[in-house]
Amino acid sequence: MAMLELEDLHVKYGAVEALKGITLEVNEGEIVTLLGANGAGKTTTLRTISGLLRPSAGRLLFEGKPIHELPAHEVLGIGIGHVPEGRRVFPRMSVLENLEMGAYQRKGGNKEVMERVFDLFPVLSERKTQDGGTLSGGEQQMLAIGRALMSRPRLLLLDEPSMGLAPLIVAKIFEIIAEINQDGTTVLLVEQNAAQALKLAGRGYVLETGSIVMSEDAATLLSDDRVRAAYLGEEIGAA
Amino acid sequence: MTTVDAVQRGSTWSGVQRWARRDEVRRAACLVALMVTIAVITGPDGSQNSPYSGLRGSLLSRHAIPFYVLAVILAATSLAGGRWTTAATAPVRALRQRTTGIVIPKPVKLVALALLAVLVLYYPTTLAPFWQTVLVDQMGIYVLLAVGLNVVVGFAGLLDLGYIAFFAIGAYTTAYFTDKLPVHPPFTLNPFFVFPIAVGAALLAGVILGGPTLRLRGDYLAIVTLGFGEIVRITAVNSDAITNGPQGAFGIPHFSAFGYHWTLDSLPYYYLLLVVVALVVFFFRRLDDSRVGRAWAAIREDEVAAAATGIPTLKFKLMAFAIGASTSGFAGVIYASKVGFINPDNFPLLLSILVLTMVIFGGMGSIYGVILGAAVLGWLPNYLRDYVPAQDRFIYFGALLIVMMIFRPQGLLPSRRRSRELRLSELGIGGADGTGPIPGSTQ
Repeated sequence: MAMLELEDLHVKYGAVEALKGITLEVNEGEIVTLLGANGAGKTTTLRTISGLLRPSAGRLLFEGKPIHELPAHEVLGIGIGHVPEGRRVFPRMSVLENLEMGAYQRKGGNKEVMERVFDLFPVLSERKTQDGGTLSGGEQQMLAIGRALMSRPRLLLLDEPSMGLAPLIVAKIFEIIAEINQDGTTVLLVEQNAAQALKLAGRGYVLETGSIVMSEDAATLLSDDRVRAAYLGEEIGAA
Repeated sequence: MTTVDAVQRGSTWSGVQRWARRDEVRRAACLVALMVTIAVITGPDGSQNSPYSGLRGSLLSRHAIPFYVLAVILAATSLAGGRWTTAATAPVRALRQRTTGIVIPKPVKLVALALLAVLVLYYPTTLAPFWQTVLVDQMGIYVLLAVGLNVVVGFAGLLDLGYIAFFAIGAYTTAYFTDKLPVHPPFTLNPFFVFPIAVGAALLAGVILGGPTLRLRGDYLAIVTLGFGEIVRITAVNSDAITNGPQGAFGIPHFSAFGYHWTLDSLPYYYLLLVVVALVVFFFRRLDDSRVGRAWAAIREDEVAAAATGIPTLKFKLMAFAIGASTSGFAGVIYASKVGFINPDNFPLLLSILVLTMVIFGGMGSIYGVILGAAVLGWLPNYLRDYVPAQDRFIYFGALLIVMMIFRPQGLLPSRRRSRELRLSELGIGGADGTGPIPGSTQ
């Protein structure tokens, strides 16, 4: 049984259908990436999984149980963490307060998790008392990921962690995502940066205007002509 | 040589331009303009024969002199480029630095608290009846209202412009249960025992209004609540058979409970308000320090992020709204019983805005700041009564607000978080109002 299953999922914004029946699954321990251009429906997919949006039809199962009717805070409670698009750290809370907000639902101590987060992102522990809004883009992304980890998710949804960051920082963040995965957290990664994402992920889906058009393992996608043309900026047949 | 001259002149000119663009110069200029305007408006009137005599008279009148002096001082300090002010405030800063981190010993704290208690408990008994009435009608009730609105605006960051509607609901509930409306209640109560019913009614109204509208944010919520406030007032005006229309209700009895009877005397109402405000402050402070307060802060900062970190945002927003509404309803009962008559004119939009002004003036999010803000703004027009003509009173009120927003936008006693917000917004991070969406973040 897959950890997360989406079956023929439809999502509408008013009359506009953003997801036209997508089916995908994520198995425990995997890193799966969801690729697609702007407006393909990647963010919509993640927001639907985490309960911020309601599907109009279809099934959404986490560990075999339907979750499409749960409100966002309950989805978090059953083990799905969401790092939203554009980082969205709390700008006027300190780094420490941001992380504490991430553990909002957890009862009891969170020292252990926090230590692990500081392990993964040493720069955050140097900036504990600094306001979230004054961090650099890369640091804010790290804080957003750290905040999501504070709830000890079993499945982590990452929405374009590379957005607006320098290549060097992107590489570093992707390394850390691999590390988080090795800790036993399953990852569903939405990206436009297909080359990086496919190197990290085991499998990938390609989303185009609300439908899944390809579903392959990462190596196959990386060598696929259409993917190379559309997302890696290579010209096919030019040579 | 001529070119050198031109260059020098050019650089002087651009220097002047740079100087004029400086913040403190602009502030001083605003202030001078404001002072001149006030001097003209509050000065003698012109006549048809010599239209400029009024202008001349007001600009040269003795009332204008303090304004000119103040403006000159401010202009001078800005000319000195903050050097004087830094020099002048250096001892204060040194003292502040030395005192931060010093824990005030407990006995000192207790003595200060005792002094405050004596002041609050004893001082009002020495006042003239007029001031005792002001203390209750114009200050105490507004303090309670402002502390309640502070939960909505200051803690949860929801801009509510229909706040006075809940005050009206509390007051009309009192009128209904004391049988002073055309419709008769199943049983009559003394206003004192209407408290739970009125609070319940206001809370229910808050939830009914909040449920559908709290999905909106910032300006949109402000407009919907403004509409709600007007709906309540206009309904009260037009429902003659229920609310007695524009005449309203009169003869609402004074409180009477546990063998004690409140009368026309304002002092007992003052002590009642004191107890209520103390309880409310205690409760709200605990709330702000709790998980609930944390959730409100997160919602204020970024609602989507708050939802993504597992905060049931709608629930907490509704809670803030309901708490504010019930506090307002509570104040409505006291008002109705104290004043004895109510009509729809007692609950205009302006009053919602006044309470909001008190919250901002005192320091949004800071309970003690808000209390001080409401007390000062309630007291000021009455104080001015003896010194300036009646029609000029609110000009001074407005001037105070403008000066305050220029020089101390964070309020009298700002909350730590609010000061931080303003500082960060000056750096271009986040909105200064703490209610709108945050620029630079997507969606």
